[in-house]
Amino acid sequence: MAWKIFLFILLTFVCVAGIAFPIVPVPTKWYEFPFIPGLKENAKIIFFHVPTAWLSVIAFLMSTIYSFKYLKNKNLDDDAKSYAAAQLGIIFCVLATVTGAVWAKFAWGSYWSWDPRQTSIFALLLIYGAWFALRSSIESEEKRAALSSVYSIIAFVTVPFFVFIMPRIMKGLHPGSADDTNSGPVVDFKMNANMELVFFLSLIGFTILYFWMWNIGYKSIIYKDKINKQIRG
Amino acid sequence: MSNYSLQVNNISKFFGRRLIFKDLSFEINNSGVLGVSGANGSGKSTLVKIIAGINSPSSGKIIHLNKQAEIIPEKLHHYIGFVSPYLVLYEEFSAWENLNYFAKIRGIKFNTEKISYLLEKFLLMPRKDDLIKTYSSGMKQRLKFAFALMHNPDLIILDEPTSNLDVAGKDAVYQIIEEESRTNIVIIASNEESDLSLCEKEIKLENFKPI
Amino acid sequence: MNSKALALYQKDFHSEMRTRYAVNSLAMFVIVAVSVILFSIGNETITQSLTAGLFWVVIFFSAMSGLSRAFVSEEERGTTLALQLVAAPSTIFSGKLLFNLILVFCMNVVITVLYSALFDSFAVKNFALFAVSFFFGNAGLAIASTIIAAIISKAGAKGTLYPVLSFPILLPLILTSVQLTLMSFEGSTFLDAKFELAIIICYDIIMLTASYMLFDFVWKD
Repeated sequence: MAWKIFLFILLTFVCVAGIAFPIVPVPTKWYEFPFIPGLKENAKIIFFHVPTAWLSVIAFLMSTIYSFKYLKNKNLDDDAKSYAAAQLGIIFCVLATVTGAVWAKFAWGSYWSWDPRQTSIFALLLIYGAWFALRSSIESEEKRAALSSVYSIIAFVTVPFFVFIMPRIMKGLHPGSADDTNSGPVVDFKMNANMELVFFLSLIGFTILYFWMWNIGYKSIIYKDKINKQIRG
Repeated sequence: MSNYSLQVNNISKFFGRRLIFKDLSFEINNSGVLGVSGANGSGKSTLVKIIAGINSPSSGKIIHLNKQAEIIPEKLHHYIGFVSPYLVLYEEFSAWENLNYFAKIRGIKFNTEKISYLLEKFLLMPRKDDLIKTYSSGMKQRLKFAFALMHNPDLIILDEPTSNLDVAGKDAVYQIIEEESRTNIVIIASNEESDLSLCEKEIKLENFKPI
Repeated sequence: MNSKALALYQKDFHSEMRTRYAVNSLAMFVIVAVSVILFSIGNETITQSLTAGLFWVVIFFSAMSGLSRAFVSEEERGTTLALQLVAAPSTIFSGKLLFNLILVFCMNVVITVLYSALFDSFAVKNFALFAVSFFFGNAGLAIASTIIAAIISKAGAKGTLYPVLSFPILLPLILTSVQLTLMSFEGSTFLDAKFELAIIICYDIIMLTASYMLFDFVWKD
């Protein structure tokens, strides 16, 4: 119970700090964030957008790891874990896409401009979408688990290619990308110490939240299966 | 004697979280006929498919030994002949073409004598060049025996071998079973009294458990 | 590629000659797709980058219309069990892959000929680069669509799911191939294109390895 209270306080602090702390040219007080050229007030999205993008990748990774495990041990609980991770993954993936697009409207002038990161998150959304479409088309639990595991591993091995080819094909606009000249809060850490602190607290808070949700998610899937089985006999 | 042995150790099968059968163990060596019986839905077909290596058990292990050496799953198909009502051959080819292609895909020589003998036995020789789509279901069933036996398997699995067959067909099947069981292992999954009367040993599947 | 896989390919080829499951619909699909593009362009001349893109659009959708047959036809006719009984999974995958490879090559040669005859902007300057990238692009397309075909043949909704599942997997390949085709139009050298060629060859190798390793799990019920 204690950690749930801790998580509540942590996320409350992150939300309040992330939204309310002012950005000033030369920070002097502990609650002031520095001014990053090219980003201005928009910089605050980092506290919410980056954790969602980070979690959509973590969820994809975990879903693949449990797919591997399923193929190795043929234990349906692993499939439930993989499924629960992907369910959260697609939620965070949509959140990251939407928050990113809204931010892009103000920073770049349009919601969507096929920046490498936008394309990558779009590809991730497509993979998640295809994965759920595949799962919903298969009746038998074992077949569903085996086929979706195979698909998620195949999708996983294609992901590194996006990392390599996207920057060659499209120009990067995103802060932190290779040809970004004016602002690189992710790569160069132009943030000051307290901004970094809030950023990492946010990352930690959202990650704990994710694991908590995942835990509840896969347990509920397993219980649902077991209850269904008892009803059907 | 074929020197082949099949060991089934504690296998269980679940479909999803539904139990089909549990803790099944038996062993059969060299030659003989083993029967598997049980009500519809008791898992007869599932069991023989697991033995043939087409399905995998949820737990437990099946060991196929040839001359005391364990057969790896990739090579298992060389040792097994399988007949069942749900086995389908290529409708767009004739019986002869079907068997020819299957021999090539197996990587064995197409033994004309053996195939002619089998087709003769199952009264298919006059129609060997007709496309399978023109065959009746009984003729298709008979052709499956030629398909299953052409590579001289050591373990012959027959799932409902006499379904769709007329008296002449059944006689041919019983003759073949008798012939093959002298040197090889034959497993019959069926509920027909006449099929099961050939068996030396019988496994009954009921209430998720072997009796 | 061993003789057993070759025999499976011969069986598929012979069966295709008798039934014409894939070839007829594939040929019609290519013609329809190319003519729709021609109608929509009208008299305008399009840029080379657009031509390269449209070239791969037609290739992708044609592949999606024909390549799933390799496994779906077996599953629909119920002959999967017969194949499971006569061959190891690796043999089946090799044979089906060979069939799809040849189908993809024939289809794409036809598409290439149609494009070079009908589009002025489809002018290859560095032919060697085009041929090499065409070869590896087709191989990757065939490999990825064969394993996805195996997956969907075991799933319920067959036709509609195929492009949905294939697109994210093929996206890196298609993006790189479009780039390479464009480079061959511009007359770039192999040295300029070495990064893209490396990507596409890595893709083929990784996809092939993963497919062989995972096919067992798809093939066995």
